[in-house]
Amino acid sequence: MSAVLRIDWRPGASLQTIQARAQLLRRVRDFFAARDVLEVETPLSGRAFGTDPAIEPFVVREKSREETWYLQGSPEFYMKRLLAAGSGPIYQISKAFRQGEIGRRHNPEFTLLEWYRPGFSASDLMAEVAALMQDLLGTTPVVQSCAYAEWFTHILQLDIFAADVAALRACAAAQQIPDAADLGLERDAWLDLLWVECIEPQLPPDQLTFVTDYPASQAALAELNPQDPRTAARFELYYGGLELANGFQELTNVAEQTARFHADNAQRERAGQAMLPLDSRFIAALQHGLPRCAGVAVGLDRVLMAQLGLSSLDQVLTFSAERA
Amino acid sequence: MANYSTSEFRGGLKIMLDGDPCSIIENEFVKPGKGQAFNRVKIRNLKTGRVLEKTFKSNETLAAADVVERELEYLYADGDFWHFMDSDNYEQYQADAAAVGDAVKWLQAQDRCQVTLWNDAPILVEVPNFVVLQVTETDPGLKGDTSGGGGKPATLETGAVVRVPLFVQTDEKIKVDTRTGEYVSRVKD
Repeated sequence: MSAVLRIDWRPGASLQTIQARAQLLRRVRDFFAARDVLEVETPLSGRAFGTDPAIEPFVVREKSREETWYLQGSPEFYMKRLLAAGSGPIYQISKAFRQGEIGRRHNPEFTLLEWYRPGFSASDLMAEVAALMQDLLGTTPVVQSCAYAEWFTHILQLDIFAADVAALRACAAAQQIPDAADLGLERDAWLDLLWVECIEPQLPPDQLTFVTDYPASQAALAELNPQDPRTAARFELYYGGLELANGFQELTNVAEQTARFHADNAQRERAGQAMLPLDSRFIAALQHGLPRCAGVAVGLDRVLMAQLGLSSLDQVLTFSAERA
Repeated sequence: MANYSTSEFRGGLKIMLDGDPCSIIENEFVKPGKGQAFNRVKIRNLKTGRVLEKTFKSNETLAAADVVERELEYLYADGDFWHFMDSDNYEQYQADAAAVGDAVKWLQAQDRCQVTLWNDAPILVEVPNFVVLQVTETDPGLKGDTSGGGGKPATLETGAVVRVPLFVQTDEKIKVDTRTGEYVSRVKD
């Protein structure tokens, strides 16, 4: 009996926070209703997942058909199929699932707000993201924008286009990142390490910062910048050092997209991760034609954290992974 | 023994690192949305007590350390080893000087100590926060001075020397805070 009493069954979020979340969702829907963006729903599971080596799927065995299914890491591919089918501007508030991501700022199941704007450029979309965030965060925080590579120049005096793995490792060691000398990392993982250890903590506090023009090797599903193909039309939004959103000028070229899927799978194989099936229906949709568009995904749980000044996702989720 | 992956790291978990048993103090998962995940980990080496910071790629694994903490009764020292007993099953353990460390200053037969065992051998002995020990030698000081101001050194039955108020006399018992090595009060039998 006493053992039962000691089990922590209560939600991590206070009632006030649960109410603030309901209010947040209402404001998001009002924002898009006023702009004639259509709310859609797509499946949380499917036969394909995407190949991003940084995102691991929850795998579900579908017994009746002897198939492997995946819980979605983002609704991106389904939503692009809607765009290719002529939906026009769409948004979705849905759950996304990513295996192994547990921490103060991570939960394996979280709420994504994702939207797509045919005809928008990445900078058009950034302006709309800023408008929504200023609405949701209550105040009007300053919005600043700076290219990914420029942060490395400002803070680490490092030219990421010139630096090889040895230079990145030396920089990490000089910054006294523990074990920098012993870590075996690929080039982009070194950039990731320097980013989270040295740059994220230096981003201006209590304001919105766009980080733009990620290196081409981190383009993910973004088009390369035609004026500087060393970089991609990919942006992220931070509130202080908290990553809130990731957006793309969406890649529409089917050959390039397929090549990136294969490159991802090759990297997965090198790292000993499972290779993942290509999403043939998504590729067929691209072949049919994805309208030129920009899209963005926003982690709403983190937006709520920022809005309420809380430090952990456990405080904004009813039942985080530790309580589920 | 089992292996633990970074995703299982949490405060108190005992793991092996560079051949030494260690305890995880803090574990923070950091990851850019589209990038490599890392674990920033604070670890205490249980043999040396040193705290170190480590960076792991997420999903790396470390071997579990067979480390347990037991409350054991201190029995006696034989010159080389300090002997302890588990009063539940009368099992005895011998700790070397490295394991006993500073605790030696306060150890008295029948003290109940927190002993960390690695592969069944003591590696760390922690005495209770407060112990009562007899003063074996101290200057007589001034009779009637009860202000406690100034103080003087006093040697205790274990050999430890602590500063005590002037009114404390030889053969009296005092209570000492072992974490700071400071006098707390006189203890009347």
